[in-house]
Amino acid sequence: MENSRRHFLKIAGISALGVGTKPVLDAFASSGGGHEKQVQLKAGEKALKAKNWGMVIDTRKLKTKEDVEPLIEICHSIHNVPKLENQRHEIKWIWETEYKHAFTGNENKYLDESTEHTPFLVMCNHCENPPCCRACPTEATFQREDGIVLMDFHRCIGCRFCMAACPYGSRSFNFLDPRGFIKEQNKKFPTRMKGVVEKCNFCAERLAEGLMPACVEASKGAIAFGDLDDPNSDVRKLLKENYTIRRKQNLGTEPSVYYIV
Amino acid sequence: MPEYKRMYNKDKVITGLIIFLAVMTFPFWYNHGKAAPAPKIELTKEAKAAKQCVRDKDYMKTEHMQLLDEWRDVVVREGKRMYVNTEGKEFNMSLSNSCLECHSNKAEFCDRCHDYASADPYCWDCHIDNPKEKK
Ligand code: SF4
Ligand code: SF4
Ligand code: SF4
Repeated sequence: MENSRRHFLKIAGISALGVGTKPVLDAFASSGGGHEKQVQLKAGEKALKAKNWGMVIDTRKLKTKEDVEPLIEICHSIHNVPKLENQRHEIKWIWETEYKHAFTGNENKYLDESTEHTPFLVMCNHCENPPCCRACPTEATFQREDGIVLMDFHRCIGCRFCMAACPYGSRSFNFLDPRGFIKEQNKKFPTRMKGVVEKCNFCAERLAEGLMPACVEASKGAIAFGDLDDPNSDVRKLLKENYTIRRKQNLGTEPSVYYIV
Repeated sequence: MPEYKRMYNKDKVITGLIIFLAVMTFPFWYNHGKAAPAPKIELTKEAKAAKQCVRDKDYMKTEHMQLLDEWRDVVVREGKRMYVNTEGKEFNMSLSNSCLECHSNKAEFCDRCHDYASADPYCWDCHIDNPKEKK
């Protein structure tokens, strides 16, 4: 009896093992083929590069709602930014606001007519010293070597520390599944999911293909984009020739978005 | 025979044991008998014409998840988007724009295996099923 029970368990164990692990063993057998070394991962040849990407927005050329709305529209449509009516659920990558909101702390009691009524385009400033990155516990928000403050949506756990840390309100949280609130999906760009934060990515996916950011392209020269570390770049020329301001400079985040006023 | 050496309700105990064993081992023999044959997946015209994926079939079969995991990191975090395979062929590292462009029949390709293996990745929550819906 003792013997046959043992025998039975042995057989049972082996056959259970066989049923359960065969695919796994197969997987092991065929992996690690050793081809790994020849594979290369690299940036595309056309990719635009810079030491420190920055943007200069000429607000003299963007005077009215009609001037700025197409830029917002193009950004939101190519990036599958959902349109939610409830303001508390709203997702924004780029939007327009008044001078007194964009430049809090800088406003005079009485503003000149044009400044007061100019719509200022605001977005993530891709700060050189970004507090959002320091706040993010998972490093889902990180700063690339070229200065772009990017989000790895795969890693975001939705804790929203970054939202609390960003002094510009540049980030939005997906309270709802965004699909279904996107009129026409751009199938080339992923959507996000519920519980993830998002923001402007300086069009990293377009730069990789040799294209300028969509809002820059659509601005017909009102927005310049280039390398802030290159003294000969377009953006540096503009900064040399024009008086510019940045948002909440006193906080020391060093925004990379400049405004010609 | 002294009483204490006897097993009371021998029949019931043994029947109970058999039932117990049967229940406990149910998943094993049930699967053994029926062990659903590996699902048949269908390739698209494009995939058939290409003959080979970014890597060979065996590698893709077993390693595509590791490959994709690596891709998403290098693309997002390192800004590298070009994959040069063992034959020197270049691919855009993109689930939506490369993988699903060729394997546009998600239901007959990805889902069949994933359902079979009960692997339910959340890639599809963000990456759109098919850039171009075609069979
Ligand atoms: S604007 Fe806000 S989100 Fe953007 S880099 Fe600066 S702190 Fe981070
Ligand atoms: S919400 Fe996401 S990106 Fe923001 S701090 Fe948390 S993990 Fe980082
Ligand atoms: S840089 Fe790109 S992502 Fe950022 S606001 Fe402009 S279009 Fe949108």
